[in-house]
Amino acid sequence: MSPRLARSLLALGLAFLPACRVGRSQNDLTLAGSTSIQPFADKWAEVFMEKRPGLGVNVQGGGSSAGIQACKSGACQIGMSSRELKGDEKDLVEIVVARDGLAVIVHPSNPVRGAKVSEIKQIFAGDLTNWKYLGGPDRAITVVTREEGSGTRGAFQELVMGKTRIYRGAITEDSNGTVREIIAHDPYSIGFISLGLVNEQVRALELDGAAANEENIRAGSYKLVRPFLFVTKGEPTAQAREFIDFVLSDEGQALVKKEGLLPIK
Amino acid sequence: MKARRKSRLERNDRLVRLALLVVAFSAVSVLLVITVFIFEQGTPVMFKYGLKSFLAGKDWYPSEKAFGLLPMIVGSLYVTAGALVIGVPFGLACAVVLTEFSSQRVRRVIKPLVELLAGIPSVVYGFIGVIILVPFIRETFGGPGLSVLAASIILGIMILPTIISISVDSLQAVPPSYREGSIALGATRWQTVKMVLFPAARSGIVASIILGMGRAVGETMATIMIAGNAAEIPGSLLAPVRTLTSNIALEMSYATGEHREALFATGVILFVIIMALNTVANATSSKRRRQS
Repeated sequence: MSPRLARSLLALGLAFLPACRVGRSQNDLTLAGSTSIQPFADKWAEVFMEKRPGLGVNVQGGGSSAGIQACKSGACQIGMSSRELKGDEKDLVEIVVARDGLAVIVHPSNPVRGAKVSEIKQIFAGDLTNWKYLGGPDRAITVVTREEGSGTRGAFQELVMGKTRIYRGAITEDSNGTVREIIAHDPYSIGFISLGLVNEQVRALELDGAAANEENIRAGSYKLVRPFLFVTKGEPTAQAREFIDFVLSDEGQALVKKEGLLPIK
Repeated sequence: MKARRKSRLERNDRLVRLALLVVAFSAVSVLLVITVFIFEQGTPVMFKYGLKSFLAGKDWYPSEKAFGLLPMIVGSLYVTAGALVIGVPFGLACAVVLTEFSSQRVRRVIKPLVELLAGIPSVVYGFIGVIILVPFIRETFGGPGLSVLAASIILGIMILPTIISISVDSLQAVPPSYREGSIALGATRWQTVKMVLFPAARSGIVASIILGMGRAVGETMATIMIAGNAAEIPGSLLAPVRTLTSNIALEMSYATGEHREALFATGVILFVIIMALNTVANATSSKRRRQS
Protein backbone atom coordinates (compact mmCIF):
# COMPACT_ATOMS: atom_id res chain seq x y z
CA MET A 1 0.00 0.00 0.00
CA SER A 2 1.42 3.39 -0.91
CA PRO A 3 2.10 5.79 1.98
CA ARG A 4 -0.35 8.21 0.43
CA LEU A 5 -3.18 5.70 0.45
CA ALA A 6 -2.32 4.70 4.01
CA ARG A 7 -2.43 8.34 5.08
CA SER A 8 -5.80 8.94 3.50
CA LEU A 9 -7.23 5.80 5.08
CA LEU A 10 -5.93 6.96 8.43
CA ALA A 11 -7.50 10.38 7.91
CA LEU A 12 -10.79 8.69 7.03
CA GLY A 13 -10.63 6.64 10.20
CA LEU A 14 -9.92 9.69 12.31
CA ALA A 15 -12.81 11.54 10.72
CA PHE A 16 -15.21 8.88 11.94
CA LEU A 17 -13.76 8.73 15.42
CA PRO A 18 -15.93 11.45 16.99
CA ALA A 19 -19.01 9.50 15.91
CA CYS A 20 -18.10 6.72 18.32
CA ARG A 21 -19.54 7.10 21.77
CA VAL A 22 -17.11 7.84 24.48
CA GLY A 23 -17.89 5.51 27.38
CA ARG A 24 -19.86 7.33 30.03
CA SER A 25 -18.86 7.35 33.63
CA GLN A 26 -20.46 4.86 35.96
CA ASN A 27 -22.09 7.57 38.01
CA ASP A 28 -24.32 8.68 35.19
CA LEU A 29 -28.04 8.19 35.24
CA THR A 30 -29.79 6.90 32.11
CA LEU A 31 -33.46 7.38 31.31
CA ALA A 32 -35.11 5.75 28.30
CA GLY A 33 -38.61 5.39 26.95
CA SER A 34 -41.61 7.39 25.78
CA THR A 35 -40.88 10.02 23.18
CA SER A 36 -43.81 12.00 24.59
CA ILE A 37 -41.98 12.37 27.90
CA GLN A 38 -38.52 12.74 26.39
CA PRO A 39 -38.61 16.51 25.72
CA PHE A 40 -39.77 17.18 29.29
CA ALA A 41 -37.19 14.79 30.75
CA ASP A 42 -34.55 16.67 28.74
CA LYS A 43 -35.65 19.90 30.43
CA TRP A 44 -35.55 18.32 33.88
CA ALA A 45 -32.12 16.84 33.19
CA GLU A 46 -30.78 20.19 31.98
CA VAL A 47 -31.83 22.07 35.10
CA PHE A 48 -30.91 19.18 37.39
CA MET A 49 -27.37 18.96 36.00
CA GLU A 50 -26.83 22.68 36.60
CA LYS A 51 -27.68 22.22 40.25
CA ARG A 52 -25.79 18.96 40.63
CA PRO A 53 -22.67 19.18 38.42
CA GLY A 54 -21.16 15.83 39.48
CA LEU A 55 -24.00 13.71 38.11
CA GLY A 56 -24.70 13.32 34.40
CA VAL A 57 -28.18 12.48 33.17
CA ASN A 58 -28.71 10.77 29.81
CA VAL A 59 -32.16 10.90 28.27
CA GLN A 60 -33.00 8.52 25.43
CA GLY A 61 -36.19 7.87 23.46
CA GLY A 62 -37.31 4.56 21.99
CA GLY A 63 -40.96 4.53 23.03
CA SER A 64 -42.75 3.45 26.21
CA SER A 65 -42.49 -0.30 25.63
CA ALA A 66 -38.80 -0.15 24.80
CA GLY A 67 -38.15 2.01 27.87
CA ILE A 68 -39.93 -0.42 30.16
CA GLN A 69 -37.97 -3.32 28.66
CA ALA A 70 -34.69 -1.41 29.06
CA CYS A 71 -35.53 -0.75 32.70
CA LYS A 72 -36.33 -4.43 33.28
CA SER A 73 -33.09 -5.57 31.69
CA GLY A 74 -31.09 -2.98 33.63
CA ALA A 75 -29.97 -1.07 30.52
CA CYS A 76 -31.31 2.11 32.10
CA GLN A 77 -32.05 3.07 35.71
CA ILE A 78 -35.31 4.84 34.95
CA GLY A 79 -37.82 3.86 32.27
CA MET A 80 -40.31 6.44 30.98
CA SER A 81 -43.81 5.32 30.07
CA SER A 82 -46.70 7.40 28.79
CA ARG A 83 -49.14 4.53 29.28
CA GLU A 84 -50.19 2.44 32.25
CA LEU A 85 -48.11 -0.65 32.98
CA LYS A 86 -49.73 -3.92 31.98
CA GLY A 87 -49.32 -7.64 32.56
CA ASP A 88 -45.82 -8.66 33.63
CA GLU A 89 -44.64 -5.05 33.67
CA LYS A 90 -46.54 -4.47 36.89
CA ASP A 91 -43.73 -5.77 39.10
CA LEU A 92 -41.79 -2.58 38.37
CA VAL A 93 -42.01 0.38 40.75
CA GLU A 94 -43.95 3.23 39.12
CA ILE A 95 -43.99 6.92 40.02
CA VAL A 96 -46.39 9.39 38.37
CA VAL A 97 -44.27 12.45 37.50
CA ALA A 98 -46.81 14.45 35.50
CA ARG A 99 -50.05 14.08 33.64
CA ASP A 100 -50.87 14.93 30.06
CA GLY A 101 -54.24 15.71 28.58
CA LEU A 102 -55.19 14.40 25.16
CA ALA A 103 -56.93 16.94 22.96
CA VAL A 104 -59.24 16.09 20.07
CA ILE A 105 -58.51 18.87 17.58
CA VAL A 106 -60.25 20.36 14.54
CA HIS A 107 -59.64 23.27 12.17
CA PRO A 108 -60.34 26.67 13.83
CA SER A 109 -63.01 27.46 11.22
CA ASN A 110 -64.99 24.33 12.04
CA PRO A 111 -68.37 25.38 13.54
CA VAL A 112 -68.53 22.22 15.65
CA ARG A 113 -67.53 23.20 19.19
CA GLY A 114 -67.83 19.94 21.03
CA ALA A 115 -68.89 16.32 20.89
CA LYS A 116 -69.60 13.36 23.11
CA VAL A 117 -66.72 10.97 23.67
CA SER A 118 -68.99 8.26 22.23
CA GLU A 119 -69.32 10.29 19.03
CA ILE A 120 -65.55 10.72 18.80
CA LYS A 121 -65.28 6.96 19.14
CA GLN A 122 -67.75 6.47 16.27
CA ILE A 123 -65.81 8.93 14.10
CA PHE A 124 -62.50 7.12 14.62
CA ALA A 125 -64.18 3.74 14.15
CA GLY A 126 -65.32 4.96 10.75
CA ASP A 127 -69.04 4.74 11.57
CA LEU A 128 -69.76 8.46 11.72
CA THR A 129 -68.42 9.99 8.53
CA ASN A 130 -70.04 13.37 8.00
CA TRP A 131 -69.82 16.64 9.95
CA LYS A 132 -73.58 17.25 9.52
CA TYR A 133 -74.36 14.65 12.21
CA LEU A 134 -72.47 16.87 14.67
CA GLY A 135 -74.19 20.06 13.53
CA GLY A 136 -71.46 21.00 11.08
CA PRO A 137 -71.38 21.35 7.29
CA ASP A 138 -72.38 18.53 4.97
CA ARG A 139 -68.80 17.42 4.37
CA ALA A 140 -67.00 14.12 4.86
CA ILE A 141 -64.79 13.92 7.95
CA THR A 142 -61.08 13.43 7.33
CA VAL A 143 -59.84 11.31 10.24
CA VAL A 144 -56.17 11.63 11.17
CA THR A 145 -54.55 9.17 13.56
CA ARG A 146 -51.08 8.20 14.77
CA GLU A 147 -49.13 5.14 13.69
CA GLU A 148 -49.29 1.78 15.49
CA GLY A 149 -46.89 1.68 18.43
CA SER A 150 -47.12 5.39 19.27
CA GLY A 151 -47.79 6.14 22.95
CA THR A 152 -50.30 8.85 22.04
CA ARG A 153 -52.25 6.40 19.89
CA GLY A 154 -52.05 3.84 22.69
CA ALA A 155 -53.51 6.34 25.16
CA PHE A 156 -56.28 7.35 22.73
CA GLN A 157 -57.09 3.72 22.05
CA GLU A 158 -57.37 3.05 25.77
CA LEU A 159 -59.26 6.20 26.77
CA VAL A 160 -61.65 6.56 23.84
CA MET A 161 -61.78 3.48 21.64
CA GLY A 162 -61.60 0.67 24.20
CA LYS A 163 -61.74 -2.60 22.25
CA THR A 164 -62.93 -0.96 19.04
CA ARG A 165 -60.36 -0.53 16.26
CA ILE A 166 -59.50 2.81 14.70
CA TYR A 167 -60.69 2.26 11.14
CA ARG A 168 -58.26 1.36 8.39
CA GLY A 169 -59.03 4.34 6.16
CA ALA A 170 -57.77 6.91 8.68
CA ILE A 171 -54.85 9.03 7.54
CA THR A 172 -51.80 8.04 9.56
CA GLU A 173 -48.97 10.35 10.57
CA ASP A 174 -45.93 9.67 12.69
CA SER A 175 -45.76 12.66 15.03
CA ASN A 176 -47.91 15.11 17.00
CA GLY A 177 -46.49 17.87 14.82
CA THR A 178 -47.55 16.44 11.47
CA VAL A 179 -51.03 15.62 12.79
CA ARG A 180 -51.41 19.25 13.91
CA GLU A 181 -50.07 20.48 10.57
CA ILE A 182 -52.65 18.48 8.61
CA ILE A 183 -55.54 19.55 10.84
CA ALA A 184 -54.41 23.18 10.60
CA HIS A 185 -54.70 23.05 6.79
CA ASP A 186 -57.72 20.83 6.24
CA PRO A 187 -61.00 22.46 7.41
CA TYR A 188 -62.84 19.12 7.58
CA SER A 189 -60.31 17.05 9.48
CA ILE A 190 -60.15 15.74 13.03
CA GLY A 191 -57.26 14.27 15.01
CA PHE A 192 -55.76 13.96 18.47
CA ILE A 193 -52.54 15.32 19.98
CA SER A 194 -51.03 16.01 23.37
CA LEU A 195 -52.89 18.88 25.09
CA GLY A 196 -49.64 20.75 25.72
CA LEU A 197 -49.05 20.97 21.96
CA VAL A 198 -52.37 22.59 21.02
CA ASN A 199 -51.72 26.05 19.56
CA GLU A 200 -53.69 28.75 17.74
CA GLN A 201 -53.54 26.82 14.43
CA VAL A 202 -56.07 24.28 15.69
CA ARG A 203 -58.97 24.13 18.15
CA ALA A 204 -59.54 21.50 20.84
CA LEU A 205 -63.11 20.17 21.03
CA GLU A 206 -65.13 20.21 24.22
CA LEU A 207 -65.78 16.61 25.20
CA ASP A 208 -69.02 15.70 26.99
CA GLY A 209 -69.46 19.41 27.62
CA ALA A 210 -66.07 20.00 29.23
CA ALA A 211 -63.46 22.20 27.58
CA ALA A 212 -59.97 20.72 27.33
CA ASN A 213 -58.14 22.59 30.07
CA GLU A 214 -56.32 22.00 33.30
CA GLU A 215 -59.23 23.04 35.50
CA ASN A 216 -61.60 20.48 33.99
CA ILE A 217 -59.00 17.75 34.13
CA ARG A 218 -58.44 18.49 37.82
CA ALA A 219 -62.18 18.51 38.42
CA GLY A 220 -62.44 15.19 36.60
CA SER A 221 -64.95 16.43 34.00
CA TYR A 222 -62.47 16.21 31.10
CA LYS A 223 -61.67 12.53 30.90
CA LEU A 224 -58.90 12.25 28.31
CA VAL A 225 -55.83 12.31 30.50
CA ARG A 226 -52.87 9.96 30.75
CA PRO A 227 -50.12 9.61 33.33
CA PHE A 228 -46.45 10.15 32.58
CA LEU A 229 -44.64 7.46 34.56
CA PHE A 230 -41.09 6.88 35.70
CA VAL A 231 -40.53 3.19 36.36
CA THR A 232 -37.65 1.54 38.17
CA LYS A 233 -36.70 -2.05 38.82
CA GLY A 234 -37.07 -2.41 42.58
CA GLU A 235 -36.28 0.59 44.72
CA PRO A 236 -34.55 3.38 42.75
CA THR A 237 -30.78 3.72 43.15
CA ALA A 238 -29.43 6.69 45.10
CA GLN A 239 -28.80 8.73 41.96
CA ALA A 240 -32.19 7.84 40.50
CA ARG A 241 -33.84 8.77 43.80
CA GLU A 242 -32.14 12.15 43.76
CA PHE A 243 -33.36 12.88 40.22
CA ILE A 244 -36.90 11.70 40.93
CA ASP A 245 -37.04 13.84 44.09
CA PHE A 246 -36.02 16.83 41.98
CA VAL A 247 -38.68 16.08 39.38
CA LEU A 248 -41.35 15.85 42.08
CA SER A 249 -40.15 18.99 43.88
CA ASP A 250 -41.93 22.32 43.41
CA GLU A 251 -39.19 23.42 41.06
CA GLY A 252 -39.44 20.29 38.91
CA GLN A 253 -43.22 20.50 38.76
CA ALA A 254 -43.08 24.20 37.88
CA LEU A 255 -41.00 23.25 34.84
CA VAL A 256 -43.70 20.75 33.88
CA LYS A 257 -46.37 23.39 34.07
CA LYS A 258 -44.35 25.86 32.03
CA GLU A 259 -44.00 23.30 29.25
CA GLY A 260 -47.75 22.69 29.02
CA LEU A 261 -48.16 19.52 31.08
CA LEU A 262 -50.21 19.08 34.23
CA PRO A 263 -48.33 18.91 37.52
CA ILE A 264 -49.30 16.04 39.80
CA LYS A 265 -50.31 18.16 42.79
CA MET B 1 19.99 -5.25 -7.88
CA LYS B 2 17.64 -4.69 -10.73
CA ALA B 3 15.99 -8.05 -10.27
CA ARG B 4 15.35 -7.40 -6.61
CA ARG B 5 13.72 -4.09 -7.41
CA LYS B 6 11.52 -5.78 -9.96
CA SER B 7 10.39 -8.42 -7.51
CA ARG B 8 9.54 -5.76 -4.99
CA LEU B 9 7.45 -3.95 -7.55
CA GLU B 10 5.69 -7.19 -8.37
CA ARG B 11 4.98 -7.77 -4.72
CA ASN B 12 3.54 -4.28 -4.38
CA ASP B 13 1.43 -4.94 -7.41
CA ARG B 14 0.02 -8.08 -5.87
CA LEU B 15 -0.70 -6.27 -2.62
CA VAL B 16 -2.58 -3.49 -4.35
CA ARG B 17 -4.55 -6.01 -6.36
CA LEU B 18 -5.47 -7.86 -3.19
CA ALA B 19 -6.51 -4.64 -1.43
CA LEU B 20 -8.70 -3.65 -4.37
CA LEU B 21 -10.24 -7.11 -4.44
CA VAL B 22 -11.14 -6.83 -0.76
CA VAL B 23 -12.69 -3.41 -1.29
CA ALA B 24 -14.63 -4.59 -4.35
CA PHE B 25 -16.02 -7.60 -2.55
CA SER B 26 -16.95 -5.59 0.54
CA ALA B 27 -19.67 -3.93 -1.56
CA VAL B 28 -21.04 -7.32 -2.57
CA SER B 29 -20.78 -8.63 0.98
CA VAL B 30 -22.82 -5.69 2.25
CA LEU B 31 -25.61 -6.79 -0.09
CA LEU B 32 -25.26 -10.32 1.23
CA VAL B 33 -25.37 -9.18 4.85
CA ILE B 34 -28.46 -7.04 4.22
CA THR B 35 -30.24 -9.90 2.46
CA VAL B 36 -29.45 -12.43 5.18
CA PHE B 37 -30.38 -9.96 7.92
CA ILE B 38 -33.75 -8.98 6.45
CA PHE B 39 -34.75 -12.57 5.77
CA GLU B 40 -33.52 -13.79 9.14
CA GLN B 41 -35.51 -11.09 10.94
CA GLY B 42 -38.57 -11.11 8.72
CA THR B 43 -39.34 -14.69 7.75
CA PRO B 44 -39.93 -16.33 11.18
CA VAL B 45 -42.96 -14.18 11.95
CA MET B 46 -44.29 -14.74 8.42
CA PHE B 47 -44.22 -18.48 8.85
CA LYS B 48 -45.56 -18.29 12.39
CA TYR B 49 -48.75 -16.54 11.29
CA GLY B 50 -48.82 -18.05 7.81
CA LEU B 51 -47.73 -16.52 4.53
CA LYS B 52 -51.34 -16.19 3.50
CA SER B 53 -52.29 -13.96 6.43
CA PHE B 54 -49.44 -11.62 5.46
CA LEU B 55 -50.05 -11.50 1.74
CA ALA B 56 -53.84 -11.61 1.72
CA GLY B 57 -54.81 -10.10 5.10
CA LYS B 58 -56.49 -6.71 4.92
CA ASP B 59 -56.08 -5.71 8.56
CA TRP B 60 -52.86 -4.12 9.74
CA TYR B 61 -53.18 -3.89 13.54
CA PRO B 62 -49.80 -5.10 14.84
CA SER B 63 -50.79 -4.49 18.47
CA GLU B 64 -53.55 -7.08 17.99
CA LYS B 65 -51.30 -9.43 16.02
CA ALA B 66 -53.06 -8.68 12.74
CA PHE B 67 -50.33 -8.34 10.12
CA GLY B 68 -52.19 -8.10 6.80
CA LEU B 69 -49.96 -6.45 4.22
CA LEU B 70 -52.36 -6.59 1.27
CA PRO B 71 -53.33 -2.88 1.52
CA MET B 72 -49.66 -1.90 1.39
CA ILE B 73 -48.81 -4.27 -1.47
CA VAL B 74 -51.76 -2.98 -3.49
CA GLY B 75 -50.91 0.58 -2.40
CA SER B 76 -47.35 0.27 -3.70
CA LEU B 77 -48.66 -1.11 -7.00
CA TYR B 78 -51.25 1.66 -7.40
CA VAL B 79 -48.82 4.45 -6.64
CA THR B 80 -46.14 2.97 -8.90
CA ALA B 81 -48.61 2.47 -11.75
CA GLY B 82 -49.82 6.04 -11.24
CA ALA B 83 -46.26 7.35 -11.35
CA LEU B 84 -45.67 5.52 -14.63
CA VAL B 85 -48.88 6.86 -16.16
CA ILE B 86 -47.62 10.37 -15.40
CA GLY B 87 -43.89 9.87 -15.91
CA VAL B 88 -43.65 7.68 -19.03
CA PRO B 89 -45.51 9.86 -21.57
CA PHE B 90 -43.79 13.04 -20.39
CA GLY B 91 -40.41 11.35 -20.14
CA LEU B 92 -40.56 9.74 -23.58
CA ALA B 93 -41.89 12.90 -25.19
CA CYS B 94 -39.04 14.85 -23.67
CA ALA B 95 -36.48 12.26 -24.81
CA VAL B 96 -37.80 12.34 -28.39
CA VAL B 97 -37.78 16.13 -28.51
CA LEU B 98 -34.24 16.25 -27.17
CA THR B 99 -32.84 13.72 -29.63
CA GLU B 100 -34.86 14.37 -32.78
CA PHE B 101 -36.47 17.77 -32.72
CA SER B 102 -33.97 20.08 -31.09
CA SER B 103 -30.60 21.53 -31.91
CA GLN B 104 -27.39 20.44 -30.28
CA ARG B 105 -27.37 23.70 -28.33
CA VAL B 106 -30.78 23.25 -26.81
CA ARG B 107 -29.92 19.68 -25.91
CA ARG B 108 -26.74 20.79 -24.17
CA VAL B 109 -28.77 23.09 -21.91
CA ILE B 110 -31.85 20.95 -21.29
CA LYS B 111 -30.28 17.57 -20.62
CA PRO B 112 -28.13 18.64 -17.64
CA LEU B 113 -31.14 20.49 -16.25
CA VAL B 114 -33.24 17.34 -16.44
CA GLU B 115 -30.48 15.40 -14.73
CA LEU B 116 -30.42 18.03 -12.01
CA LEU B 117 -34.00 16.97 -11.17
CA ALA B 118 -32.55 13.67 -9.98
CA GLY B 119 -30.36 15.50 -7.50
CA ILE B 120 -33.20 17.18 -5.63
CA PRO B 121 -33.68 15.36 -2.29
CA SER B 122 -36.96 13.49 -2.04
CA VAL B 123 -37.95 15.35 1.13
CA VAL B 124 -38.03 18.53 -0.97
CA TYR B 125 -40.39 16.88 -3.46
CA GLY B 126 -42.53 15.80 -0.54
CA PHE B 127 -42.53 19.28 0.92
CA ILE B 128 -43.59 20.86 -2.36
CA GLY B 129 -46.28 18.20 -2.63
CA VAL B 130 -47.64 19.03 0.83
CA ILE B 131 -47.51 22.80 0.36
CA ILE B 132 -48.79 23.11 -3.22
CA LEU B 133 -50.22 19.91 -4.66
CA VAL B 134 -52.16 18.52 -1.68
CA PRO B 135 -54.18 21.71 -0.98
CA PHE B 136 -54.80 22.04 -4.72
CA ILE B 137 -56.23 18.52 -4.96
CA ARG B 138 -58.29 19.01 -1.78
CA GLU B 139 -59.85 22.23 -3.04
CA THR B 140 -60.35 21.15 -6.65
CA PHE B 141 -61.42 17.52 -6.39
CA GLY B 142 -62.38 17.16 -2.71
CA GLY B 143 -61.21 14.48 -0.30
CA PRO B 144 -58.29 14.95 2.07
CA GLY B 145 -55.81 15.83 -0.68
CA LEU B 146 -53.28 13.37 0.72
CA SER B 147 -53.99 10.73 -1.88
CA VAL B 148 -53.00 8.22 -4.55
CA LEU B 149 -53.26 11.06 -7.06
CA ALA B 150 -50.87 13.36 -5.20
CA ALA B 151 -48.34 10.56 -4.69
CA SER B 152 -48.58 9.50 -8.34
CA ILE B 153 -47.96 13.00 -9.63
CA ILE B 154 -44.96 13.66 -7.39
CA LEU B 155 -43.42 10.23 -8.03
CA GLY B 156 -44.13 10.67 -11.74
CA ILE B 157 -42.01 13.82 -11.67
CA MET B 158 -39.32 12.11 -9.62
CA ILE B 159 -38.83 9.32 -12.15
CA LEU B 160 -38.60 11.70 -15.13
CA PRO B 161 -34.79 12.10 -15.05
CA THR B 162 -34.27 8.32 -15.04
CA ILE B 163 -36.62 7.79 -17.97
CA ILE B 164 -35.40 10.77 -19.96
CA SER B 165 -31.66 10.26 -19.68
CA ILE B 166 -31.67 6.52 -20.40
CA SER B 167 -34.16 6.93 -23.27
CA VAL B 168 -32.10 9.75 -24.76
CA ASP B 169 -28.99 7.57 -24.62
CA SER B 170 -30.68 4.66 -26.30
CA LEU B 171 -32.30 6.84 -28.99
CA GLN B 172 -28.92 8.40 -29.72
CA ALA B 173 -27.37 4.95 -29.95
CA VAL B 174 -29.57 4.09 -32.95
CA PRO B 175 -27.20 4.16 -35.97
CA PRO B 176 -27.66 7.27 -38.18
CA SER B 177 -28.11 5.01 -41.21
CA TYR B 178 -31.51 3.90 -39.87
CA ARG B 179 -32.69 7.50 -39.73
CA GLU B 180 -31.24 8.34 -43.12
CA GLY B 181 -32.75 5.24 -44.70
CA SER B 182 -36.18 6.07 -43.35
CA ILE B 183 -36.05 9.69 -44.54
CA ALA B 184 -34.79 8.51 -47.95
CA LEU B 185 -37.83 6.27 -48.25
CA GLY B 186 -40.03 9.34 -47.89
CA ALA B 187 -41.06 8.99 -44.24
CA THR B 188 -41.65 12.17 -42.25
CA ARG B 189 -39.60 12.77 -39.10
CA TRP B 190 -42.47 11.72 -36.86
CA GLN B 191 -43.01 8.55 -38.90
CA THR B 192 -39.28 7.88 -38.55
CA VAL B 193 -39.49 8.27 -34.79
CA LYS B 194 -42.57 6.11 -34.49
CA MET B 195 -41.73 3.34 -36.93
CA VAL B 196 -37.94 3.20 -36.95
CA LEU B 197 -36.38 4.74 -33.83
CA PHE B 198 -38.79 3.47 -31.19
CA PRO B 199 -38.57 -0.16 -32.32
CA ALA B 200 -34.79 0.08 -32.64
CA ALA B 201 -34.36 1.64 -29.17
CA ARG B 202 -37.11 -0.41 -27.59
CA SER B 203 -35.08 -2.40 -25.09
CA GLY B 204 -33.32 0.72 -23.81
CA ILE B 205 -36.62 2.51 -23.39
CA VAL B 206 -38.11 -0.48 -21.59
CA ALA B 207 -35.09 -0.58 -19.29
CA SER B 208 -35.52 3.13 -18.51
CA ILE B 209 -39.15 2.56 -17.58
CA ILE B 210 -38.28 -0.38 -15.35
CA LEU B 211 -35.55 1.57 -13.57
CA GLY B 212 -38.02 4.44 -13.07
CA MET B 213 -40.47 1.93 -11.69
CA GLY B 214 -37.83 0.74 -9.22
CA ARG B 215 -37.30 4.28 -8.05
CA ALA B 216 -41.05 4.77 -7.59
CA VAL B 217 -41.46 1.51 -5.62
CA GLY B 218 -38.57 2.38 -3.35
CA GLU B 219 -39.36 6.02 -2.68
CA THR B 220 -40.23 6.59 0.96
CA MET B 221 -39.90 10.10 2.31
CA ALA B 222 -41.98 11.89 -0.31
CA THR B 223 -44.62 9.15 -0.19
CA ILE B 224 -45.01 9.36 3.58
CA MET B 225 -45.48 13.10 3.35
CA ILE B 226 -48.12 13.16 0.61
CA ALA B 227 -49.90 9.80 0.48
CA GLY B 228 -51.80 9.97 3.79
CA ASN B 229 -50.62 6.48 4.83
CA ALA B 230 -54.03 4.94 5.57
CA ALA B 231 -53.55 1.15 5.78
CA GLU B 232 -56.52 0.45 3.54
CA ILE B 233 -56.85 -0.46 -0.12
CA PRO B 234 -57.72 2.90 -1.67
CA GLY B 235 -61.20 3.07 -3.17
CA SER B 236 -60.45 5.99 -5.46
CA LEU B 237 -57.67 8.20 -6.76
CA LEU B 238 -58.52 10.71 -4.03
CA ALA B 239 -58.25 8.24 -1.15
CA PRO B 240 -55.14 8.05 1.04
CA VAL B 241 -52.78 5.12 0.52
CA ARG B 242 -49.87 3.46 2.33
CA THR B 243 -46.98 1.85 0.47
CA LEU B 244 -44.68 -0.92 1.71
CA THR B 245 -41.79 1.48 2.23
CA SER B 246 -43.96 3.98 4.13
CA ASN B 247 -45.21 1.19 6.36
CA ILE B 248 -41.66 0.41 7.49
CA ALA B 249 -40.47 3.99 7.93
CA LEU B 250 -43.66 5.13 9.65
CA GLU B 251 -43.66 2.52 12.40
CA MET B 252 -40.03 1.51 12.82
CA SER B 253 -39.26 3.98 15.59
CA TYR B 254 -41.56 2.49 18.23
CA ALA B 255 -41.96 -1.08 17.03
CA THR B 256 -40.84 -3.91 19.29
CA GLY B 257 -41.16 -7.70 19.26
CA GLU B 258 -43.37 -9.19 16.57
CA HIS B 259 -44.43 -5.77 15.32
CA ARG B 260 -40.79 -5.09 14.50
CA GLU B 261 -40.41 -8.48 12.85
CA ALA B 262 -43.53 -7.82 10.81
CA LEU B 263 -41.89 -4.63 9.52
CA PHE B 264 -38.92 -6.74 8.47
CA ALA B 265 -41.40 -9.05 6.76
CA THR B 266 -42.63 -5.96 4.89
CA GLY B 267 -39.00 -5.48 3.91
CA VAL B 268 -38.79 -9.08 2.65
CA ILE B 269 -41.76 -8.54 0.35
CA LEU B 270 -40.33 -5.24 -0.87
CA PHE B 271 -36.99 -6.95 -1.46
CA VAL B 272 -38.60 -9.65 -3.59
CA ILE B 273 -40.48 -7.05 -5.67
CA ILE B 274 -37.35 -4.93 -6.25
CA MET B 275 -35.25 -7.99 -7.11
CA ALA B 276 -37.84 -9.09 -9.65
CA LEU B 277 -37.83 -5.63 -11.23
CA ASN B 278 -34.03 -5.54 -11.37
CA THR B 279 -33.87 -8.98 -12.96
CA VAL B 280 -36.30 -7.90 -15.66
CA ALA B 281 -34.32 -4.68 -16.19
CA ASN B 282 -31.05 -6.58 -16.51
CA ALA B 283 -32.58 -9.07 -18.91
CA THR B 284 -33.88 -6.34 -21.21
CA SER B 285 -30.69 -4.29 -21.17
CA SER B 286 -28.48 -7.31 -21.88
CA LYS B 287 -30.75 -8.08 -24.79
CA ARG B 288 -30.05 -4.57 -25.98
CA ARG B 289 -26.32 -5.15 -25.76
CA ARG B 290 -26.58 -8.29 -27.86
CA GLN B 291 -28.60 -6.49 -30.49
CA SER B 292 -26.18 -3.63 -30.99
